[in-house]
Amino acid sequence: MLNKEAYLSAKIFADDIEQKATRDGFGTGVVEAGTTDARVVVLSADLKESTRAEVFEKAFPDRFVEMGVAEQNMATVAAGMALANKIPFITSYAAFNPGRNYEQIRTTIALNHAAVKICGMHAGVSVGPDGATHQMLEDIGLMRMLPGMTVIVPGDATEAHKAVIAAAKTDGPVYIRFGRSATPVFTTPETPFTIGKALRLFDPINPEVALLSTGALSYNALLAAQMLHEQGVGAIVLHIPTVKPLDTEAVLEVAKQVPAVVTIEEHQAHGGFGSAIAECLAQSHPLPMRILGVQDQFGQSGTPEELLRHYELDSESIVKAAKSLLAL
Amino acid sequence: MALTDSDISQLENTAEEIRETIISMLVAAGSGHTAGPLGMADIFTAFYFHILKHDPLHPDDADRDRLILSNGHIVPVRYAAMAHAGYFDVLECATLRQFGSRLQGHPERLRLPGLETTSGPLGEGLSQASGMAYAFRMDEKKNRVYCLMSDGEQDEGNIWEAVMFAGKYRLSNLTAVMDRNNIQIDGMTEDVMSLEPIADKYRAFNWHVIEVDGHNVRQFIEAIDEAKAVVEKPTIIIAHTIPGKGVPEIEGDYRWHGKPPTKEEAQRFLKEIRTMNGKVTQEYA
Ligand SMILES: Cc1ncc(C[n+]2csc(CCOP(=O)(O)OP(=O)(O)O)c2C)c(N)n1
Ligand SMILES: [Mg+2]
Repeated sequence: MLNKEAYLSAKIFADDIEQKATRDGFGTGVVEAGTTDARVVVLSADLKESTRAEVFEKAFPDRFVEMGVAEQNMATVAAGMALANKIPFITSYAAFNPGRNYEQIRTTIALNHAAVKICGMHAGVSVGPDGATHQMLEDIGLMRMLPGMTVIVPGDATEAHKAVIAAAKTDGPVYIRFGRSATPVFTTPETPFTIGKALRLFDPINPEVALLSTGALSYNALLAAQMLHEQGVGAIVLHIPTVKPLDTEAVLEVAKQVPAVVTIEEHQAHGGFGSAIAECLAQSHPLPMRILGVQDQFGQSGTPEELLRHYELDSESIVKAAKSLLAL
Repeated sequence: MALTDSDISQLENTAEEIRETIISMLVAAGSGHTAGPLGMADIFTAFYFHILKHDPLHPDDADRDRLILSNGHIVPVRYAAMAHAGYFDVLECATLRQFGSRLQGHPERLRLPGLETTSGPLGEGLSQASGMAYAFRMDEKKNRVYCLMSDGEQDEGNIWEAVMFAGKYRLSNLTAVMDRNNIQIDGMTEDVMSLEPIADKYRAFNWHVIEVDGHNVRQFIEAIDEAKAVVEKPTIIIAHTIPGKGVPEIEGDYRWHGKPPTKEEAQRFLKEIRTMNGKVTQEYA
């Protein structure tokens, strides 16, 4: 059932599967990108430890630039650097980057098609106790609406590492979304990653529903598929780390195998990943769908687990949504 | 009315109680910011127990003074001061940052009466305070607007847009207070993004500038009185503070910006605060 070609973790359903935050993959990935390409520079807005930009600073102190708490300046300085032959990675919390500096990104990075790599950390409700102000839930929407912007939401730290390296090699602007909390590392170095390609994680013999998800919640989708399997319901899991450009081929291929799909994201249900899937399906292969995400609300303080349960993004809630969609 | 020495020592005692509450609530929360809240305990005490025209039982009173907290991450000190002032039971402080609590990790106006606005994302308070001050002046209202800011957030361009606006419109009913504790997250402010000469910068933008020792309650209250007497400009009080003030082992250390004490540390910190850093036990033991 697990897709062998995905080369998933040997401990995929074990309790002691390795846990790591996707932002850790940024730290290691950007050092590797910086090693292969001397044009890579990293900018920090007074958050070098929690964004892991500090890992790059240690490796390449001369290519690390401290901006202070000034995200708008960071985006526009980076645009200037990109137009002067650098590959800048700009780092802060997603609420501020691309939250605060959206228009600067729109005009000076997107409209210029400048090779700035926007890294938004601490996205989603799993930020936990900091509360709504810091739990960015609108960034995927903001970024995927910009023409020419690539949008990547890695599923785990290993994939984040690969995404950062791939972003450095891609022309033009890229947004990469990272999380604060440690989440299961379900992929391995052997797992294929290409910008714009989706990955089947779970392929049952008699699929009745498909779970399409992005980011770390793809692991919850996988757990949900396993639970559904135990209840006799076949659920395909398609992990889609690149929200834009969307792998429409893979999405449509899955959609043609099942009567209904559920999408899962740690983002507003309006305008994000689920909307991107709905746009694709509605125009090419309409079918019943549920968009799981935060339903037009802000986040709040709590532990990541409490909040994922509250906003119905845990594996049990995914199972429930899939079954209600199939009227089971 | 002049403040007597006993008024001052009463305020100082209240500040110590607020520091104790801050430590306790941070330990219970298991996350949150320690340095900023402890450093601003004296100033919050001065506001809630002397300066502000406010009524804890009627937080929506239209004529109240407004206290805008721009650097929302130090909100534990505001919650603690509000609780001690009678806005809500001090016991509720133990719910800080927990699921369902009104005491969110960063202040949310719609959840707790008396907060005036929502903050956490830095650099947005002074503009809102300026908007309030401008609106009150349009309505010929006499209440005053105070805006607390940090030094790290002076890096934000939004602040300087507000500084220009308030200077241009001579918002003398607006008093800003800067927590000049010299730290931010990545290190000392002068290393991360140098601010000096910060007083001259405000003067150049047509503000009246006063510099005080942020732990000297009398000096701070006198500065607020001076600000009220300046009618042609907004005033900023640059309050020189010690981050982590009251707990010598963490004072001045930027690494305490964003972490809470452990249970063991908290026991030690509380003892240091309760004994006025050894003074009580030495003198009265
Ligand atoms: C717009 C924005 N960018 C980044 C942050 C993250 N952040 C929280 S506090 C802080 C440091 C600011 O320095 P300061 O307020 O002086 O810290 P303190 O003295 O309280 O330790 C930063 C960068 C934020 N809250 N808002
Ligand atoms: Mg500071």
